[in-house]
Amino acid sequence: MRKLFKNGHIIDPASSTDRVCDIVIEDGKVAEIGENLSGDEVIDCSGYVIAPGLVDMHVHMREPGQENKETIATAAQAALAGGVTTILGMPNTVPAADNASVVTFILSQGAKTPVNVLTTGAATKSNAGKEMAEIGLMFEAGITAVSDDAFPVQNSDLMRRVMEYTKMFDLPILLHCEDKDLTMGTVMNEGAVSTHLGLAASPKAAEEIAVRRNIALCELTGCRTHIQHVSCAGSVEAVRLAKSKGIPVTAETCPQYFSLTEKELETYNPAAKVNPPLRTDEDVEAVKAGLKDGTLDVIATDHAPHAAEDKDVEIMYAAFGMTGLETSLALSITSLVKTGFMTLPELIALMTAAPAKVLGIDKGTLAPGADGDMVVFDPDEEWTVDVTKFRSKGKNTVLDGRKLTGKVKMTVVGGDVYKF
Amino acid sequence: MIKQVMDDNEIRRALTRVAHEIIERSKGADNLVVIGIRSRGVPPAQRLAALIGEIEGVKVPFGTLDISFYRDDYSIRGAAPVGASDIPVDITDKHVILVDEVLYTGRTIRAALDALMDMGRPSVISLAVLIDRGHRELPIRADYVGKNLPTSRSESVKVSWKELGGEDAVTIVSE
Amino acid sequence: MRFTKKDILGLEYLTPEEITLIIETARTQKDLLSRPIKKVPILRGKSVCTLFYENSTRTRTSFELAAKMLSADTSSVSVSGSSINKGESFKDTLLTLESMGIDLFIIRHEASGSSHYASQIVKSHVVNAGDGLHAHPTQGLLDMLTIYENKGKFEGLNVCVVGDISHSRVARSNVWGLAKMGAHVRVCGPSTLIPPDFDKLPCEVYTDLDKALEGADAVNVLRIQKERMDRGFFPTIGEYVKLYGITSERLKGCKDDVIVLHPGPINRGVEIDADVAYNHSVILDQVTNGVAVRMAILYLLLGGGNAEII
Repeated sequence: MRKLFKNGHIIDPASSTDRVCDIVIEDGKVAEIGENLSGDEVIDCSGYVIAPGLVDMHVHMREPGQENKETIATAAQAALAGGVTTILGMPNTVPAADNASVVTFILSQGAKTPVNVLTTGAATKSNAGKEMAEIGLMFEAGITAVSDDAFPVQNSDLMRRVMEYTKMFDLPILLHCEDKDLTMGTVMNEGAVSTHLGLAASPKAAEEIAVRRNIALCELTGCRTHIQHVSCAGSVEAVRLAKSKGIPVTAETCPQYFSLTEKELETYNPAAKVNPPLRTDEDVEAVKAGLKDGTLDVIATDHAPHAAEDKDVEIMYAAFGMTGLETSLALSITSLVKTGFMTLPELIALMTAAPAKVLGIDKGTLAPGADGDMVVFDPDEEWTVDVTKFRSKGKNTVLDGRKLTGKVKMTVVGGDVYKF
Repeated sequence: MIKQVMDDNEIRRALTRVAHEIIERSKGADNLVVIGIRSRGVPPAQRLAALIGEIEGVKVPFGTLDISFYRDDYSIRGAAPVGASDIPVDITDKHVILVDEVLYTGRTIRAALDALMDMGRPSVISLAVLIDRGHRELPIRADYVGKNLPTSRSESVKVSWKELGGEDAVTIVSE
Repeated sequence: MRFTKKDILGLEYLTPEEITLIIETARTQKDLLSRPIKKVPILRGKSVCTLFYENSTRTRTSFELAAKMLSADTSSVSVSGSSINKGESFKDTLLTLESMGIDLFIIRHEASGSSHYASQIVKSHVVNAGDGLHAHPTQGLLDMLTIYENKGKFEGLNVCVVGDISHSRVARSNVWGLAKMGAHVRVCGPSTLIPPDFDKLPCEVYTDLDKALEGADAVNVLRIQKERMDRGFFPTIGEYVKLYGITSERLKGCKDDVIVLHPGPINRGVEIDADVAYNHSVILDQVTNGVAVRMAILYLLLGGGNAEII
């Protein structure tokens, strides 16, 4: 059966497509792109943009172990609503995704959902940062990458071994960069705002030190190293320098780090407590510049859902994290495209082809023969975020009640159409 | 509509008469303390103390009493600005002449009596007012009245005092 | 003017007019403390709760006396241990107490922002009695009342706050309150105990005590906690005393009529010399003023926002 999506503005940076025409998906794959195509089922996309389904390489699905916060099924539903067709889970589940059986469980749960669910494997056993996890067995079980997200490995010698070992399987390693000695007990970014609020705060140096160490280890080991959630100017600068020297490092940031600042915490809003913390205007500008000049390769969400009881407490005790799957496209359009900072094709590349390339997966393009994963959205429609309508179990975002531009209308995965 | 009911001379004469009545009934000024209820009872109290002193050739102690903490309308009207009470002598066993400008519902006097009781145990408390306009809501009456002024509830009685930056006068303001 | 604030969370959120109203109200209420009957009926039937997650006998007693002198009913809840994992959550405790009819909460909590959080949860009034490192507004106000009684003004005064600025909500409240009223505030302490960007608050930052004290009208000496030494903020108590201890000798650079304040309790011979503490300070006046300021706040808040200032 040929599904014909008519008259959409097709933007596929990977194949340099940027025109209004038709696209046909047949047997779950992109069959044709062109004018006046025919199909068995016709879906009018006039006025909408059609892009490859978004690839989000930084998602906390919380399953197994914290199903009160999110499940793989609810994360998948949230992804659909946000136009995301491929999600990569982080390994800080309970128990940790540090062995083949947990990895197999996650992938089998993911296979029951409408989206493509991938997972990372933990760098160390129980994410404890003490001993290397069974990376080889997890590779056989199907992990897409190795990561120490949420539990950054502090021991440089161990990190080095993990990277050398990971390289053997040609897997990328995704690193959460944080010097824990400098962040112990902290809630937010250190500076004038934290000083006023009297909240324990960590300096940007805590991130920058770890970014630089991991770049040095990347240079030493040659492992494909990906710096997660870059939040500050110093980290952008470090990655830029590393790339200029030809070190095989890539980096991501998240919509919150180019859209929001530490000012969100001025009312002690626990929803604004994320790790790394929201920074300053200057950092927001540096992160945007990093996206624009290619220093930062990818936009991911660090979707970190929490139950109300984890967040509705004194900020000091609140869990870190913000949801992102259902707002990432709109917040990115609002912050980067609507402001004229970058073009829509540039943005789409950062959320589709770029993460696919970092991970080495065949996603993020609409070239004929590619998987029929697409997002269809209205790039100009304004809407108001309402967390009560979220499909994610996590309602924790500072965006509740705010107006964003860019509304997902349909998400297509393997040719199956989900309308919103 | 504004109607003047007393001018400065009439106020002076009324207070002088009240001063004489106080001395007569108290058989002198020896044990008297004159206390004005803040803030609008202060000018008539000060004048009465001076008049009594002049007539008797003694210095009559004079004080001010703030009743903010004794009001019964706090829950309805909220916090009013607080002034300091300033009573220079111990009022225990004294004859206190409590002074206010207009006696109306009696609630202010009730509050003032409670406030005085918390400060000591006077032998007698008498009440002197410049105007009694009626409409009492509590079983309180004045011992000394400058002028009885029949009014309706919709009217208001305004007294202005030189000490508070006006001309001595009493007016009735009605809708 | 009307006092329309529902809560007192920090002095940075009050206007100079509101601060003036509180201080004026406290000044006039203070004489109640020297009367034979130290009680007035104004808050009869109002229910006030001190909810303390940190120990502070001094602050709690001061609030309770203030409430009782105004005839409010007081209840006190102490929650020992701060772990979120044990016992009832802060939110549920607040909602439970509010359901019992509490009109006003006085909250001491180790977490900065906890009074903000509480004020969003309950409809009752919230008075911050110290939240983490953020604010201790009634301490700031009692310091200000003490300074005002001695100097008769705030405008143009030089007030120096000395000690552990980083871990001091008192320092922050002094800075906000005094700066709003036109005083020049200087803070002074070792650089490890001054948080980053503190100079972005309305004050000047010094590390040299003699320079900071030059021409000061008032010196507020903060308590230094030995635990800070153990965490490496300064090498030894001895070195701290030498560099930052307040002695009569060091006060010579201040104005002749300088006053010395201390939020208490005092580490005699550490941050403040015994001679200064007992002979040249206004520390006990501060304690008295603490009750007066807290009475003023209870009176103004529970009045439901209708106070008119003449």
